[in-house]
Amino acid sequence: MNFAATLRIALLALRINKLRSALTMLGIIIGVAAVIVMIAVGNGAQARVEDQIKSLGSNIIMVLSGSMTSGGARGGSGSQPTITEDDAYALNREIDEIQAAAPSLRGSGQVVAGNANWSTVFYGTSPEYLQVRDWAVIEGRGFEQAEINGAGKVALIGQTVALNLFGEANPVDQVVRVNKVPLTIVGVLDRKGQNMMGQDQDDIILMPISTARKRVLGSSRYAAGRNVGSIMVKTKDGANMAEAEARMRELLRQRHRLQSGQDDDFYVRNLSEILQAQEASSKVMSLLLAAVASVSLLVGGIGIMNIMLVSVTERTREIGLRMAVGARARDILTQFLVEAVTLSLIGGAIGILLGVGGATAIAEFAGWRTELSGGSIVLAAGFAGAIGIFFGYYPARKASRLLPIEALRYE
Amino acid sequence: MSEALIRVEGLTKDYVMGSNVVAALRGVTLSIAAGEFVAVMGPSGSGKSTFMNLLGCLDHPSAGRYWLGGQEVSALSGDELAAVRNRKLGFVFQHFNLLARTSALDNVALPLLYGNVPAAERHPRAARRLTQIGLAERMDHHPAQLSGGQQQRVAIARALVNDPQLVLADEPTGALDSRTSVEIMALLQQLNREGITIVLVTHEHDVADFAGRIISFRDGQVIEDRPNAAKDAAAAL
Repeated sequence: MNFAATLRIALLALRINKLRSALTMLGIIIGVAAVIVMIAVGNGAQARVEDQIKSLGSNIIMVLSGSMTSGGARGGSGSQPTITEDDAYALNREIDEIQAAAPSLRGSGQVVAGNANWSTVFYGTSPEYLQVRDWAVIEGRGFEQAEINGAGKVALIGQTVALNLFGEANPVDQVVRVNKVPLTIVGVLDRKGQNMMGQDQDDIILMPISTARKRVLGSSRYAAGRNVGSIMVKTKDGANMAEAEARMRELLRQRHRLQSGQDDDFYVRNLSEILQAQEASSKVMSLLLAAVASVSLLVGGIGIMNIMLVSVTERTREIGLRMAVGARARDILTQFLVEAVTLSLIGGAIGILLGVGGATAIAEFAGWRTELSGGSIVLAAGFAGAIGIFFGYYPARKASRLLPIEALRYE
Repeated sequence: MSEALIRVEGLTKDYVMGSNVVAALRGVTLSIAAGEFVAVMGPSGSGKSTFMNLLGCLDHPSAGRYWLGGQEVSALSGDELAAVRNRKLGFVFQHFNLLARTSALDNVALPLLYGNVPAAERHPRAARRLTQIGLAERMDHHPAQLSGGQQQRVAIARALVNDPQLVLADEPTGALDSRTSVEIMALLQQLNREGITIVLVTHEHDVADFAGRIISFRDGQVIEDRPNAAKDAAAAL
């Protein structure tokens, strides 16, 4: 007997008991819909973490100044400025895995524009900084090389600073005074939002590193020489971060002339790792949600088994007749199995529609971020089919093992 | 007499019920030639139904051998028996056993489905049989829309659709009124005249009288096997 005929018989049998078929499917429908919605919610949470990673800039490694040991007392990180601008340029030049490395000098102070003022942080850096942090200039322009070399009196400002100093007005070409040094704003940075610690990343002013060193920081100990507070490094896409870290460490040790027994006089921190840990935990969360949802799929499967067992008993005489006219045990097995799988697949299809609708509704009304994935839909459909086979097999086998003579006589 | 279509030797069937063994059939030996119309008679519990089930390859004998059309079928597996039932046998039951909510045409075509007959041939062949038994107008009707006699005719068409060597009829008139019973018997007689071998189980003498040979069972054994001057059912109508 061919498959098309078997399928037709199955569909007919399901049509005869419409209400019962619908109720049987309900379990699968709810299960599949729940799995899809839960995975969408879990993926949404994960995507939020991923966005945070993106706002930091991906593949970021920080190099910080090390600690100084004097008289047995070890200072904290940055207690001694050990890394320099030239370290950053060397990293850029000599390590293949690195896409960009930006030195930065950090300071804070009062910023004045006209009669408005605002306290913020500023960074003296190189043009690579924007590249490292995947940060766009939405109005105006970035720094030019001449401004970097010649301590140009220019600045880029973040959205929060712009709002507080200029309101809705366009800040480009306006002058701000940072620690009394007048700087012309050449560009406005795109909005970054909060970082994962809740700090406002838009509350910032960027200026050429030479400007910060020579004009703004003034008496600070960073002003002398070419020392910087930190170097922010972005590795190339697909590069091995651990490898890059090891090579950076090796290069810096060499440049700082450290003996093999000596401690590093700098710190290397991989910021993405922290976020990746968060991402992993949100993955576990969404897996858990999906596991809970799949319990309802299981219950739906048991419903199918229940109804198929009833159906086999009810149709014993039909089975006997089919056997009398030549159906083999395996024909009967296939017929009932196809019926169960058809039930679960139709239920699965309806469940997918409901799940997609539900996820969309949750995003719309509850304002949660949900993310539908093709994978979860395929998974749910596959799971529904597998449940049909698994829970349909026992009733189908029971039907196929009936003795034709007893089945025919069944009242 | 032509070569035997059915030959059974020492056919025995025991049913085990708990610790009891009930001997339903105790060593039956007989043969039936192609083209015969045989009535099997006996009171309930005589073993006639058991004998019928064994002839129909629906059950395995406990002992003894059975040849159908020269092939020994008593040693076949379940699937092989299914194939024998599909190709060589046709069944007519007391309660018709038609599939509900399925058209007469699809009911008749059912054996062809399991005989791997190409889909395009099934309906034409089933339609031919339905026309032959006079139900050409009712092909799309469901069993519930047909009278008892019509339902039994559909069942007979189903039994014939795969051109069987033997038609087994188990109390085919048991659920019908007497006039319709005679109509059905007339149909079976006509088919027999066209060369189909028929074995009929009944406990009614009136019905058995339309057959050409009567075999009587009691206590699992044949107690009488005699030719019968078959009454013409068509004339009795």
